[in-house]
Amino acid sequence: MGYQFDFGVLADYFGLLLKGIGVTLGLTAIAATLGLALSIGGAVTARASLKWARALVALYVELIRNTPFIVQLFFVFFGLPSLGLHLSALQAAVLAMTINLTAYSIEIVRAGIEAVAPGQREAGLALGVGPASVFLWVILPQAIANVYPALVSQIVITMLESAVVSQIAVTDLTHVADFIQSRTYRAFETYFAIAVVYLAMSVCLRWLFARAGRRLFAGRATT
Amino acid sequence: MISLPLSDIFAYLLLAARWTLLLSGIAFLFGGIGALLLLLWRYVQPRLGARVARLYTELFQGTPLLLQLFLVFFGLPLLGVEVSPLLAAGVALTLYSTAFLSEIWRGCVDAIPRGQWDASASLGLNFLQQMWDVILPQALRIAIPPTVGFLVQLVKSTALASIVGFDELTKAGQIVTNATFRPFTVYACVAFIYFALCYPLTLCARTLERQLARSR
Repeated sequence: MGYQFDFGVLADYFGLLLKGIGVTLGLTAIAATLGLALSIGGAVTARASLKWARALVALYVELIRNTPFIVQLFFVFFGLPSLGLHLSALQAAVLAMTINLTAYSIEIVRAGIEAVAPGQREAGLALGVGPASVFLWVILPQAIANVYPALVSQIVITMLESAVVSQIAVTDLTHVADFIQSRTYRAFETYFAIAVVYLAMSVCLRWLFARAGRRLFAGRATT
Repeated sequence: MISLPLSDIFAYLLLAARWTLLLSGIAFLFGGIGALLLLLWRYVQPRLGARVARLYTELFQGTPLLLQLFLVFFGLPLLGVEVSPLLAAGVALTLYSTAFLSEIWRGCVDAIPRGQWDASASLGLNFLQQMWDVILPQALRIAIPPTVGFLVQLVKSTALASIVGFDELTKAGQIVTNATFRPFTVYACVAFIYFALCYPLTLCARTLERQLARSR
């Protein structure tokens, strides 16, 4: 085989690559923020006394966790317009990623809340703090600290899975790769380089979150 | 545009689901073999084996599966191998599941107390006998629930094979959508079939986990 590898062709597309990285990280950041907020709500609902609300959350979690992300994405992008809900590719990507991440992190956050000792809540209430404030300022910080590593992993997984949104023409990092390889006919080199970029992104993200976690949650976790 | 009754759409998708199952089976079987070899290597050559295994897992868990699929799809021809979508998807998913399974099983083997190794060594068993007769049977018990859990992830991952043109369930969904212009119905059916495949596995993993927790 006389195939000559040529990674040099990629140099011309440096600016485009940066844009793709920006889109991928941006999507991940939005989905992570919305997903975390929603999953706190979901986890609280999953522990509420309302039976139908609990069942609804359980149904949502099981439905999302047992179907592939790409099918969820296609359903949102191609299927929802039948109901009159027309989304741009970018909106569909954000929605699908948020829906997906939320399902996983509801379970994670719930485990975190359950790991907080009941005495914490009782002590807060005994001091005359309202139930909502006890949850927000006593339970929640400890709950998040308990499951912080799992949440970070889930966010990194969401970033990696977001490569699929290139299939509905969102110009993320993978879509940039598709474009470059169609121009240069250097498919292997392009996808290899992009895979390295993803690897670097997930390593950096993990490292940054670990650092931030040490600052934020020093001594907070239950264990 | 073709107008098909829902039953025909569903039947067509169900037929395609066979390929999803086949691909999952292939990836699980060969991934399992790969993971077992990687696992053995870790213990035969603790230094090199462990380092290689860690690097391997890091690489495959730190990059998108979609790109792994593309790399196999465009990389194998460079090695002079003619690729079909099934081969590319099979190889990529095998490499992928090797990474995950070896990581899961390593945790299970590491969970076996050191004394088991020492005791079996003192009885004069060699490494393979220790592994096969003493350690693995015990590790297997704790390995089953997370392995079944990973199977769910694997079945879902096969959906990406549609992107390299393998005619499994998701690809069939795209084809039917293009023919009928009923994306809402079709993708709902596709999702339902995936759910029907994965949910029993999820329940099974959960039950096994509970049984294991109770037995300890």
